[in-house]
Amino acid sequence: MSTSEKFVQMVLAIVLFYSVMAIILLLTQRLRSRAGERVQAAAFLGPSLLLIGIGLLYPAIVTAWQSLHGAALFDPPFVGLDNYKTLFTNPQEITVLRNTLLWVVLTPLFSTGIGLGYAVIIDRARFEKFAKALIFMPIAISMVGASIIWKFVYDYKAGGSEQIGLLNQILVWLHLDTYNFLLTDPWNTLFLIVILIWIQAGFAMTILSASIKAIPDDIVEAARLDGVGGWKMFRYITVPSIRPSLIVVLTTITIATLKVFDIVQTATGGNFNTSVLAYEFYRQNFVAGDQGLATAIAVVIFILVTPVVIYNIRQMRKLEGR
Amino acid sequence: MTGVVTDAQIVDAESTPPQRSASEAAKDALSSRTASIVALVIAVIWTIPTFGLLVSSFRPEEDVKTSGWWTIFTNPSFTLQNYKDVLSGGSSQESLYNNLINSIVITIPAVLIPISLATLAAYAFAWMDFKGKYVLFIAVFALQIVPIQVTLVPLLKLYVDPPFNLMPLAGRDAPAGGLYELWISHTIFALPLAIFLLHNFMREIPGELIESARVDGAGHVQIFTRIMLPLMMPAIAAFGIFQFLWVWNDLLVALVFSSPEVSPMTVKLVSLVGERGQDWQLLASGAFVSLIIPLIVFLSLQRYFVRGLLAGSVKG
Repeated sequence: MSTSEKFVQMVLAIVLFYSVMAIILLLTQRLRSRAGERVQAAAFLGPSLLLIGIGLLYPAIVTAWQSLHGAALFDPPFVGLDNYKTLFTNPQEITVLRNTLLWVVLTPLFSTGIGLGYAVIIDRARFEKFAKALIFMPIAISMVGASIIWKFVYDYKAGGSEQIGLLNQILVWLHLDTYNFLLTDPWNTLFLIVILIWIQAGFAMTILSASIKAIPDDIVEAARLDGVGGWKMFRYITVPSIRPSLIVVLTTITIATLKVFDIVQTATGGNFNTSVLAYEFYRQNFVAGDQGLATAIAVVIFILVTPVVIYNIRQMRKLEGR
Repeated sequence: MTGVVTDAQIVDAESTPPQRSASEAAKDALSSRTASIVALVIAVIWTIPTFGLLVSSFRPEEDVKTSGWWTIFTNPSFTLQNYKDVLSGGSSQESLYNNLINSIVITIPAVLIPISLATLAAYAFAWMDFKGKYVLFIAVFALQIVPIQVTLVPLLKLYVDPPFNLMPLAGRDAPAGGLYELWISHTIFALPLAIFLLHNFMREIPGELIESARVDGAGHVQIFTRIMLPLMMPAIAAFGIFQFLWVWNDLLVALVFSSPEVSPMTVKLVSLVGERGQDWQLLASGAFVSLIIPLIVFLSLQRYFVRGLLAGSVKG
């Protein structure tokens, strides 16, 4: 398709969508009776419910069922929980689980820690807005873009040739040995995690900074009059006051981390033992062709993410209720 | 809206300086100067990787491949050739022009359609009476949790081989080159969260407003278009920006559902990394083209952006 054909298709799709919606609304707008209300509700809700039913509910059920089946493309045999057993016993998959654990523990902790520290330092400092915008910027960047940005930091040239990766050049300047950051596991996973921390710290900083500013001034003043300052102020006033926001930030980043796929795909292509669950799902399904194992991994992601999401939503509601 | 803090709070906190004694103020000024410098240094360090990419994208191919971007300070040389290569039309291997167009063509409907559908559904959940309303709402709410990985495999099968002799949306004869697959998928994945958030926002609008409109003889459609839509605009904008970024930056959905002809920039960049990983000048300029549009949105709409981001943070 040429460029103009694509735009024509796009405009057609949009016009089609809005015409259908307009016709539905026009047809139902005259109805005023009780039965009419039901028809109207169906008109307002129908398209969304249909899409959610076909696109989320049905596939989720099929996936759960498929995870109990083998790898064959046609009529895969029923294998019970074998795929789950593979996931938790196969050495390769255990590396995947180890990496996922590293990601899920380290990313939220460091992103939130750095974000909180920065929010405290920057509070009422000069250039506050400018500095915050710089820290926050990576969140607008795609993880693909971020990984390419960091390839320019981690790149390694063997032998005596000139380094084009910034970190290795710094090592050279410090007269230290250069290092191939993305090659040796488990350390390479840590360097990939740095990329996500770089992205998420700005998110944590923004949310936490806003809640620090929302701490009532009289509480801070009262503590100050009692001689509380510096570290104690942070430990006994700031942190307890923003505890709910801290939890929301931690859980939110945890959810995002459990689904991290783009960074692994772009930075290492899952090589050198850097795979994580979300990447392994993709690899098993679309590269290795083992739909049974892939769907089992998807179910495991679902099971891991569910309690965190529920906890996150409950904390959000608490925050709103205040 | 599901905000931890409101915009008003952010503004208030920034504009009310606390009162202190003179000596405390002096001490604070001193420590705040140190803090300012530390904060600025960290911000600069945080930005160096992105800056390095920007500089690299303007360096000639030979330079990018043999020396680090920091050497421009001692040995400056710049070119626009990388951007010409990446943005030139035609089907040359290194051109991202088609993928840039695809990203735009994918993103616009994938933002407009789910928001429109979700606003309608949210209105029904908030202000209409019908049987099974709460059960349905809780079901939609609960489906937010489903990670998209769980849906991809069966959904792809539905597109390739739909039941009841419906037209396949994937494959060689797919309508619009397979774009419908992407539009519909992004719509599906956006809906539960969008409905939930817009519903929360709609419930905050006073019921008397709706009641008095009904007494005056307005039907649901009039109330929706004349009263609700204008009032909902800030919430719609916040979610719209979030959805825009989500679709524009998405890799997984695009990898699974897009044919090469309609694949967006993220997919092309990943394949460039794989196949032409040593063509650093193309990676740099290509990545920068894909970054610049969300960055512009971010810089111009920062306030909505934060709200949208926070609201949508559990998606995916």
